[in-house]
Amino acid sequence: MRRYAARRAAALVATLFFVSALVFVVVRILPGDPAALIMGTEGSREASDRLRESMGLNRPLPVQYVEWLARALRGDLGRSIQYDLPVGELIASRLPVTLPLALMAAAFMVVAAVPLGLYAATRHRRAGDYATMILSQIGISVPQFWAGLLLILLFSVTLGWVRSGGFEGWSSGVGAALRSLLLPAIALGLFQAAVLVRATRSAVLDVLREDYVRTARAKGLSELRVVGRHTLRNALIPIITVAGIQLGQLLAGAIVLESVFALPGLGRLALGAITARDLPVVQGVALFIASTIVVINFAVDLVYTVLDPRIRYE
Amino acid sequence: MRRRPLAHATFTLGAAITLALVAVAGLSLLYTPADPLTMSITGRLQGPSGGHPFGTDQFGRDILSRVMAGAVTSIAVGVIAVGIGAALGVALGLLSGYVGGWLDETLMRLVDAVQGFPAILSALLFTAVFAPGTGVSMVAIGIAFVPVFARLTRGSVLELREREFVVAARALGARDRRLLLRHILPNTLAPLVVQATTSFPVAILAEAALAYLGLGTQPPHPSWGLMLKEAQNFLGMNPWFAVFPGGAIATAVLGLNLLGDGLRDLLDPKTA
Repeated sequence: MRRYAARRAAALVATLFFVSALVFVVVRILPGDPAALIMGTEGSREASDRLRESMGLNRPLPVQYVEWLARALRGDLGRSIQYDLPVGELIASRLPVTLPLALMAAAFMVVAAVPLGLYAATRHRRAGDYATMILSQIGISVPQFWAGLLLILLFSVTLGWVRSGGFEGWSSGVGAALRSLLLPAIALGLFQAAVLVRATRSAVLDVLREDYVRTARAKGLSELRVVGRHTLRNALIPIITVAGIQLGQLLAGAIVLESVFALPGLGRLALGAITARDLPVVQGVALFIASTIVVINFAVDLVYTVLDPRIRYE
Repeated sequence: MRRRPLAHATFTLGAAITLALVAVAGLSLLYTPADPLTMSITGRLQGPSGGHPFGTDQFGRDILSRVMAGAVTSIAVGVIAVGIGAALGVALGLLSGYVGGWLDETLMRLVDAVQGFPAILSALLFTAVFAPGTGVSMVAIGIAFVPVFARLTRGSVLELREREFVVAARALGARDRRLLLRHILPNTLAPLVVQATTSFPVAILAEAALAYLGLGTQPPHPSWGLMLKEAQNFLGMNPWFAVFPGGAIATAVLGLNLLGDGLRDLLDPKTA
C-alpha cells in the first residue's frame, strides 16, 4: 500500500506541475502583453514599460516561471493590482463563502441522491424506479444557474420567504449565513445529485445481482438488513468515487451560482478581476481551484484503493 | 434483452427532440416570427400574447425569435467544442496508448492536469487574455472535454494493440501509422461516437453558463445563457423572460441526454 501511495503521490506532484505550467502558459505565452492588458488603452507606453519591469516580464520565460512557481509554493501568489493586497490573502478572505457553499451543496447531493438511488434500485423496473429516473434525467438537464433563478422566482419573488441574493456574513450569526447559502447550495447540488442518483442506482443494482445477496435473502434476512448491511456497504465504493469527483465539480459550479445569488466568493473575485484586468488574481484563483480539483481527484483515487484493495494489485 | 425496447424508446424520444432542435435552428436561419435584434420601446417586458407567444424582453425584442436564434449558437458551440475535445483527446489517447512508456505517463499526467480545468475555469483564464466571445467558449469547453476522449481512446488502444488482427497486420509489415489509423482507430469509433453524443449536452450547458457569466457569447447576439442573465434583472416584472430560454436549454439537453443514453444502450449491450 505504501509503495502504491508513494507512486500516486509522485503522479500528483507531476500533475500539479502541469497545472501550474498551464496557468502560467495561458497568461504569459498566449498572444498579448500582460502589462499592456493591465494598463489598457489609457496607459502610456512608459507606464507599461515600468509595469513590465516591476512584474519581471523582461526576463526569459523559463526564469519567470521558476520564480513564479517558487513564490507560489511559499504561498505567495503575487499582489492584486485592483485591491493592492496579496492574492493569497484575497483568496483566503473569499473561501468562507465558496467552501461552505460547495460543502452544503455536497451534503445536499449525498442526502438527496443516495436514498433515491437506493430506492430506485430496490424498485427496479417498477413505477418508483421509472419516476426516480425521470426525476434524475430532468435534474441532469436543468442548468444550475436556471435552477437558481427559478428558486429565486419561487421563494423570493413569489413567496417572499428569503432574500434574492447577497451574503449575511458569518459575523451576523451562523444561522443567517447558512440561510443565505441555502438556495444557492440546493441549485448547485441539484445537477450533481441527479448524476449521483444514477450512479447509486447502478452500483446498488450490480451488488443486488451478487450471489452473497441471494444467500442473505435465502437465509431469511429482512429486506432492510439485506439492503442496508449487505448491499449498500459494498455499493459504497463506486458511490464514494462519483461523489468525490463531483465535489471538485461543485467548486467550479460555485463560480456560476455566486453570480446568480450575488455571493462574495472566489468566483465573483475572479470575474471582478477580469473586468479590472487584475491578472495576478485571475491566475491565483485559477491555480487554486485547478490544484484543489486535482488534489480531490487524487484523494478519491487513493480512498478507492483503500476501500477496495484489489485495485492496487491489478 | 428486456432493456432493448426501453433503449429504443429512449433513443427515439431523444432523436425526436434533437431533430426538433436542429429543425428550429435551421428554420431560424430562414425565418423567425420577428427580427431577433429589432427593439421596440413601446413593447418592453410583455408577457406571452398572440403577437409574441413567448413575450418580449427589456428592449421589446421578441423572445420566441431570440430563443429560436439561440439554438444556432448552442448547436454551433456544441459541435465545435466537442470537435476540439475529440480531435485533441483522440490524438493524445492514440499516441499515449500506442507508444506507452514514459510518454504515456507524461501525457496522462498532462491529461490529469487538464481535468483540473473545467470549462468555466479555462474560460476565466482565456478571458483574462482574450476578449470574451463565442470563440473563447468553444475553445474552453473543447479543452475541458480532452481528458475524457484521451482516456477513452487510450483504453481502447491498450486493449486493441495486442489483439490478433493487429498483431497479424503488424506481422504482415503494416507500419505504425497504418496500424493506428486503419486498424485501431476504426475499432474505437463506437464508444467515441457515444462519448461525443453525451458530451454535446454538457457543451450546451457550459455555453449557457459562460454566456450567463459574460465570458461567452456577447450581446446583442442571441444566446440562451445571455438571455437568462438579462432576465434576472426583471424577474419580478416578467418572469416568462426567464422561463422560456431556460426551458429551451433544459429541453435541448434532455433530448441530447436521452439520445446519448439510448445510443449507448443500443451500441453497447454490456451496459444495458
